Amino acid sequence: MSVLVFAENWDGKFKKSTFEAVSYAGEIAKKISTTVSAIVIGNVSDDDLKSLGKYGAAKVLNVKNDRLNTLVPQAYTSIIAEAAQKEAATVLVFSHTYSGKNIAGRVAARLKAGLVAGATALPSNTSPFTVRKKCFSGKGLTDVAVTSDIKVLSLTPNAFGVIAGDGSASVETFTPAIKDSDFRTTVKEVKKTSGKIALTEAELVVSAGRGMKGPENWGMIEDLANALGAATACSKPVADIGWRPHHEHVGQTGITIGPNLYIAIGISGAIQHLAGVSSSKTIVAVNIDPEAPFFKAADYGVVGDAFEVVPKLLEAVKKFKAH
Amino acid sequence: MKFLVCISNVPDTTTKISFVDGKALNTAGVQFVINPYDEIALTRALELKEALGGTVTVINVGGAGTEPTLRKALAIGADDAIRVNAEPVDAYQVAAQIAGVVKTNQYDVILTGRESIDYNSGQVAGMLGELLEIPSISVATKLDINGTEATIEREIDGGKEVLTTTLPFVASAQKGMSEPRIPNMRGIMSARTKPLQVVEPSGDAKLTSSLLYELPPAKQACKMIAPDKMDELVGLLHNEAKVI
Repeated sequence: MSVLVFAENWDGKFKKSTFEAVSYAGEIAKKISTTVSAIVIGNVSDDDLKSLGKYGAAKVLNVKNDRLNTLVPQAYTSIIAEAAQKEAATVLVFSHTYSGKNIAGRVAARLKAGLVAGATALPSNTSPFTVRKKCFSGKGLTDVAVTSDIKVLSLTPNAFGVIAGDGSASVETFTPAIKDSDFRTTVKEVKKTSGKIALTEAELVVSAGRGMKGPENWGMIEDLANALGAATACSKPVADIGWRPHHEHVGQTGITIGPNLYIAIGISGAIQHLAGVSSSKTIVAVNIDPEAPFFKAADYGVVGDAFEVVPKLLEAVKKFKAH
Repeated sequence: MKFLVCISNVPDTTTKISFVDGKALNTAGVQFVINPYDEIALTRALELKEALGGTVTVINVGGAGTEPTLRKALAIGADDAIRVNAEPVDAYQVAAQIAGVVKTNQYDVILTGRESIDYNSGQVAGMLGELLEIPSISVATKLDINGTEATIEREIDGGKEVLTTTLPFVASAQKGMSEPRIPNMRGIMSARTKPLQVVEPSGDAKLTSSLLYELPPAKQACKMIAPDKMDELVGLLHNEAKVI
């Protein structure tokens, strides 16, 4: 018996969401009195592989194969399913990132395992195995019982946190059976958004809406985000008009996020927008309209013109960072 | 070319959610619609059919109450509809039911939405791919087909990826793939007479069940800060909220 975590890497490096998934797997392993094995596909250094021990992994299975440097869902599914069998895994943990979403369902179907996609907490009960997740785009919560022998969970980034200790994992080279028929997709090009913080796993997010009056005014939003080390986001109308790219749209029909801090500037707070951001730990709303619905969902509110408030906020953040 | 588009029947995005005794969604006064991402998938399937020829079938796993949603998909332009007569329980059960239909009636391209806006799992496409042993590509923002090969752009963590895959395949649609169409009067009239086939479910494949529903905890009252006191706001974010 074990808990198997798919430890994602990007170009050979782990990000916070991977450490979070390993930490989460470690706490589940304690609950069911077993250990954590991590499966890593890609060229990650031995030191980095061992470092997963700090977060609770006892063993790391590493698959190195140049054909697997980009995500091939069918091949990854075969590998993870074989690793699950080898480690006699009863629980599998993924990050609820784009990659995790791409393969968790395939793996669950392969193993005939019940899946809780977007888990937000540790299992509240292990019999029946019950895990909480958001539903209705964050407007509700539900406790899902998994009735199959094997359980698959994908963890929402920022929902659990990282637990770091001082362990070191043993590293084992894993050579799974790989079939040519698993490679029916071929990646032709990867377009990286370099230098930017990925919205899906950002801890701090600065977001703006129609109150900014036009795309030419986004410079001050980016300056504020840069000063804070935050990702930028936007409301639906702004993405629809084309002021900002679609991948920045947060809300019920955009990306659902749960950062530590969400600063909403010039966004009124329609129910669809709030659905996508309401699980943020702290919300700051800046709006010229004192009746804007966002003030009901926010922790801190500023009634004022974005063009006056944002420069002052930027100045205050810079002053704070300088200390 | 045969397209199959999987349709979820979900509460309209403006719905204020509440639950009945923590056991189920309170559906009183709730308007159900085609899941917005499924509408994107449907539109792209229609555009490709117009360019390449073929048929677009829509499928839904649900009770008779979901038929107006399927009729709307027919009004938008789908040729025919299938309803698997079972209440949807989880992603695996829905995928298994759809896979059961596909196994007896082959399709070249199967599209779903990126996720449904009710349970937000986004897993039906991957599960369908696995159950049918065909490629699955999630969160696709572009889809083009040339002969027996498709070129797809999909979102990845920190960027985008362009890939090719062979037919048949399943992909989940993200914003950008197409702009949803609004049904016109001719479409609405013709939708009434288009075939809507009801098939009985095959087996009981459910692996999870929702035991309890709750609303998120209520927020404390918002603390208002004067617009010229931004140092105070930054201080609160650091000392009180501890987020910076």
